[in-house]
Amino acid sequence: MYNQTDIIKDTTDLGPDGELVVNMGPQHPATHGVLHLVVTLNGETIKKIEPHLGYIHRSIEKMCESLTYRQFIYVTSRMDYLSSHINNTACALLVEKGMQIEVPERAKVVRTILNELTRIASHELWIGAMAMDLGAFTPFFYAFREREMITDIMEDTCGARLTMNYIVPGGLMYDIHPEFQTKVKAFIKQFKEKVTEYEDLVTGNIIFQSRTKGVGVLTAADAISYGCSGPVARASGVSCDIRKIAPYDAYDRVEFDEVIETAGDSFARYIVRVKEMNQSIRIIEQLIDNIPEGEFVGKTKNVLKLNKGEFYQRVETARGELGVYIVSEGGTTPHRIKFRSPGFSNLSVLDHIAKNSKIGDLMATMGTLDLVIPDIDR
Amino acid sequence: MSNELIKQYITAHLPDAVFDETGEWLNVVVNSDSLKGLMAVLYGEPNYLNYLFCLTCVDYKTHLTMVYHLSASTNRNINIVIKTNLDRNDPFIDTVCDIWRTAEFLEREVFEMFGVTFLHHPDLRNLILEDETAIAVDDKKELVNEQKGYWPLRKDFEDPINMIKL
Repeated sequence: MYNQTDIIKDTTDLGPDGELVVNMGPQHPATHGVLHLVVTLNGETIKKIEPHLGYIHRSIEKMCESLTYRQFIYVTSRMDYLSSHINNTACALLVEKGMQIEVPERAKVVRTILNELTRIASHELWIGAMAMDLGAFTPFFYAFREREMITDIMEDTCGARLTMNYIVPGGLMYDIHPEFQTKVKAFIKQFKEKVTEYEDLVTGNIIFQSRTKGVGVLTAADAISYGCSGPVARASGVSCDIRKIAPYDAYDRVEFDEVIETAGDSFARYIVRVKEMNQSIRIIEQLIDNIPEGEFVGKTKNVLKLNKGEFYQRVETARGELGVYIVSEGGTTPHRIKFRSPGFSNLSVLDHIAKNSKIGDLMATMGTLDLVIPDIDR
Repeated sequence: MSNELIKQYITAHLPDAVFDETGEWLNVVVNSDSLKGLMAVLYGEPNYLNYLFCLTCVDYKTHLTMVYHLSASTNRNINIVIKTNLDRNDPFIDTVCDIWRTAEFLEREVFEMFGVTFLHHPDLRNLILEDETAIAVDDKKELVNEQKGYWPLRKDFEDPINMIKL
């Protein structure tokens, strides 16, 4: 015990008496979903963070074991709902790999454009929500203005705004909307004009900078050890972009830079995502005028049967590396399916990087990890 | 570092390792006792396979198979899959937590879904499912008794209320 009148200078050794356990979530506004963190505090200093998962666990892996290769794609849209096109692409690519289905060029290019639009939409939502976690309300509306244009394009293309289910084994479910190209070009024009507004509002903001710089620092060695991927790892200087490492769809014919920062703090993760949006625009610009004519879906059998064996497909979602691992016994359903979700590994690093920081900084650290809870729980 | 060099290296370390190159990546099947030693060797120089990007388990009805996907962080095109078979009635294996920190959560998931005990794991208990089913002790016998029959991702798991047969 300590004396009531003494001022405690060294707060590191208060002992169990000075510790306070706070439940953050499962219904906390800054966790963006049902994430439950048990935070052990000593004063305002974080001693330990223990994530409790499972509030939105639907056992997607088990569910997929009884679904056919045409059906299981619909479930994956519900995993990481902010990048459902990319999840669908991963599953479609895996089935195509397992059955050696030829995908028409038109489908490949449209998939790439849609994937990049999804990435921008996801980062837009992230910027808005992240700024709101730190107390800035306006960027949310600015970000959603552009995001709305993307969701409108998605709605025209496939009828859905969030869970698309548009990419199927062999290509696309339908052909694109006749006004697809016009609308995407209008979006690119608006985005390029308005992206400076984010820079003025958020990036150049002194409060934002001082709340994120030097907060939640992740070193490159730890990023590798914790299996981090996506913008979280790239902000620590680890090159891990699957679009560069193992190009799929039309990524091998477009030019773009892998954004890498070395600081590893929350601000670096923010910068990586902003720059990544510009790179996505660059990819879309190269492809939007060059969508080849022709079929939008390849010839497939009605009943899909994967060859016996094991298949692994990785793609780069907005959050990092999504891996789909299927063990097939040759039937119409997978024997075992495993989703290596990027959020799961990125969450595991939270305890390590938020330890010994203040509880106010936890919001900045957790926000920049960009956690989507259904992706973690599956 | 090509597959041939990795094969030579593993053979020198573990003469009884079985290789399978029919798939996309090199598969290595090893004995469950020697897995931890092999992992520590592959992690260090000269192979430097320091990125564990997927750890999971597969139930083959006769046995369980642990699957580790390894890669080099400097060259992600080098990928190798290490497998080891476990006894389905009494599955246990050494943890790789002290080599890769990411394994802590991944192993907890495998533990609750398949009932595999990871020896010397720092904090082995349920991560996703309810806490009531979790008893985490190094003594695996007690664990099997407590948790009997509640491993959702095993093939013989039955739940008439929540599972719909198609």
